Amino acid sequence: MATQHSRSAARFMMAPAVTLLLGWMLVPLSMTIFFSFKKYLPLRGDSFEQGLEWVGFANYVRFVTSSAFWPSVLTTLIIVGGVLVITVILGILLAMLLDQPMWGQGMVRVLVIAPFFVMPTVSALVWKNLFMDSVNGFMAHVWRAFGATPVEWLSRESMQSLIMIVSWQWLPFATLILLTAIQSMDSEQLDAAEMDGASPIARFIHIVLPHLGRAITIVILIQTIFLLSIFAEIFVTTGGAFGTKTLTYLIFQRVLESQNIGLGSAGGVYAIILANIVAIFLMRIVGKNLDA
Amino acid sequence: MARGVTTQRKIINTAAAWAIGLLIFFPILWIIVLSFKTEADAIKTPFEILTGSWTFESYLVVQERSDYFKHFWNSVTIAFGSTILGVLIGVPAAWSMAFVPSKRTKDILLWMLSTKMLPAVGVLYPMYLLFIQLGLLDTRTGLVIVLMLINLPIIIWMLYTYFREIPVEILEAARMDGASLGKEIMYVLTPMAVPGIASTVLLNVILAWNEAFWTLNLTAAKAAPLTAFIASYSSPEGLFYAKLSAASTMAIAPILILGWFSQKQLVRGLTFGAVK
Amino acid sequence: MGHIQLKQVTKRFGDVEVIPSLDLTIQDGEFTVFVGPSGCGKSTLLRLIAGLEDITSGHIEIDGMDATEVAPAKRGLAMVFQSYALYPHMTVRKNIAFPLRMAKMDQAEINKRVNSAASVLNLTDYLDRRPGQLSGGQRQRVAIGRAIVREPAAFLFDEPLSNLDAALRVGMRMEISELHKKLETTMIYVTHDQVEAMTMADKIVVLQAGMIEQVGSPLELYRKPRNTFVAGFIGSPKMNLISGAEAEKHKAHTIGIRPEHIDVVSDGGLWKGTVGVAEHLGSDTFFHIQNTGLRDSLTVRAIGDVSLNYGDTIHLMPRAEEFHRFDAKGLRLE
Repeated sequence: MATQHSRSAARFMMAPAVTLLLGWMLVPLSMTIFFSFKKYLPLRGDSFEQGLEWVGFANYVRFVTSSAFWPSVLTTLIIVGGVLVITVILGILLAMLLDQPMWGQGMVRVLVIAPFFVMPTVSALVWKNLFMDSVNGFMAHVWRAFGATPVEWLSRESMQSLIMIVSWQWLPFATLILLTAIQSMDSEQLDAAEMDGASPIARFIHIVLPHLGRAITIVILIQTIFLLSIFAEIFVTTGGAFGTKTLTYLIFQRVLESQNIGLGSAGGVYAIILANIVAIFLMRIVGKNLDA
Repeated sequence: MARGVTTQRKIINTAAAWAIGLLIFFPILWIIVLSFKTEADAIKTPFEILTGSWTFESYLVVQERSDYFKHFWNSVTIAFGSTILGVLIGVPAAWSMAFVPSKRTKDILLWMLSTKMLPAVGVLYPMYLLFIQLGLLDTRTGLVIVLMLINLPIIIWMLYTYFREIPVEILEAARMDGASLGKEIMYVLTPMAVPGIASTVLLNVILAWNEAFWTLNLTAAKAAPLTAFIASYSSPEGLFYAKLSAASTMAIAPILILGWFSQKQLVRGLTFGAVK
Repeated sequence: MGHIQLKQVTKRFGDVEVIPSLDLTIQDGEFTVFVGPSGCGKSTLLRLIAGLEDITSGHIEIDGMDATEVAPAKRGLAMVFQSYALYPHMTVRKNIAFPLRMAKMDQAEINKRVNSAASVLNLTDYLDRRPGQLSGGQRQRVAIGRAIVREPAAFLFDEPLSNLDAALRVGMRMEISELHKKLETTMIYVTHDQVEAMTMADKIVVLQAGMIEQVGSPLELYRKPRNTFVAGFIGSPKMNLISGAEAEKHKAHTIGIRPEHIDVVSDGGLWKGTVGVAEHLGSDTFFHIQNTGLRDSLTVRAIGDVSLNYGDTIHLMPRAEEFHRFDAKGLRLE
């Protein structure tokens, strides 16, 4: 199908998409990089018109040496790691359960998938108020019914709360992906293993798990990329307080709240580099799949 | 894997699965329950809530006072607008990649997917500045453009996979039959790809509806979609559980329904084909 | 109309030269078959003529005009694809009408042509069905119908019968041949099946690795194959190729004799052997014979039934005038 005519047509047809995405990638990015080398605090009177002072790598240094930096990295690791662990492990178990013969499997799938489609602001606020509120929330009532003092989720156990909220949202995604992977598994392999005398647990460890390996890797990589940029959930629940300031939120605060554009931009560059590292791994797997 | 499964096993599986499913779904259920309560009732114990009286009161209050439908309409416009725009740009691009592949096609596709990995916060301020300069801040148009850009990779990716399933020969036959490129796409490709295009639209409308970074940071009173509207409940005055529940139910109901239909598309679209 | 000329056409895919320089003339009205083993380039050649692939170098002329750079639709050719490539979302009528719609013909004329093509091909009852509701043979005819209505300078067929079952294939073969006689339009037909080639062609082009081995009428190729490749390709079962002492007796490096040109005699024949596999078809008997001293297995065809079986001794008398002689390079010696 590849003639000169169709090839030039193809180039023409790809042009809008490529141009737009190229612009989307380069324009804001180069601006961020530009700002990262400047001192720019609009609230303190800096402005474009007056020209911005070049500060070299000072912002970059300041960002990682600020007292908020390492805690934010730690927070990010804990939250992302926590959600990954919960969603992957529970996801595997849930996917295996859903693969079993039962009645009403379709309906159960609908129930399990639902949280993923709830918008993050609703999800966070509902958890914060309807469930976690220590006076009127559902969990508070239940705790009291058992004679215990209600937990102050968001103010005391803030990270756990966030991890709980975000895991609830992403468990369906992991489950769905892993379920798809399990269902694509050749049942004959399992039959052969059973004939060879393998117990259910042995079959799981030696046959199911390796087959799922690829899907688990995908789930981890994709979720990591999205989890690194969680925003709304933190914004509407703690606003970054109580130690829930992730790297993303820290950058957000620097840029939009304290309006230190230069500093925030440097932070943004760090975040972009970090995300790209994860993306490289993901793209390699996707790329291998495209060849297939 | 269902070889001679005992009914007993099936009962256990069913019970376990339903229990877990209901547990996971419970918060959504609870939102719906509370939406039919008065504010005074909404803060009582669960038992009292379930046995108390039900009312539409909160729905009415939300609609009257807070201009709810304006935000609902914003969500609709932005979600559909960005998706349709994305499809218009994406169909030609996916056509080229699926039917006239070159050595660079795979790399270009991967590059496009990688633009989705760009952390939004990294370009927040430039976007903010650009929007002010272009007069796009707090406009639906501005959000349509941004959401189109962030979903374009997924749109193109999904269309590409659907197009690849169409035999090239049918398009070649159209070409031999004298169809120009435009006619080939209009009369032959698109009708055959309708299910794929519909799936793509479905998934991306959902993703755009739920997007909660740009919609929160680039809008204010005029163009705020439901995501931002609900976020305003984070610092409310007075009792608000029932209103929050009513507003939330209305905000998530359309997407829950659409989402039910889009499970397969979700897997295809968001794992970039790495899981089949 | 329908005079096609290929001049020094080459085709390269990346670094691989699939067709080194090729020259060919196809006369108006001829039924030309491109035949050869898988990968010989016959489909590629057809697609080059159609314009679906670009020629790397060389020229294609259609009716005296250089068509090398011309788009497929403008070359005035029609193609029938192996998978028929029907538009699944259109009725048979719309499928056949499509090219005419693209040519912006007026509706009345379109209807006339579609109805006439449908009646020629026995499709009138199916005009309002969709391809998914048709059998393989019917779909085949719709594909042909779509080509006919364009009244092209030449028809291009890309292995059209491969997807049909054996019985249907024989029937369709005859229909296509009759169509050719009726329309008298040039037809270029690609197949790997040499029986189709022999029965349908005015002229056969035998291809191997992108090169033309021989061009000629079916009987020419049968009686005077230019080299051992063509000799072994045309004719079923394959010609027996014998080298060594027996070939030297005929002053050649290799000799060939077709199975149907070796007679089975009760005794006293030139050759002798042991029957390996014997295939009794009733109308013919095919013997695969060992221990002749000539080659591993000699194939012989006898008319009617000859009741010799595994392990029996068999005496053979090859017809002296039917020997083909080839030199060390495999080329024909006269």
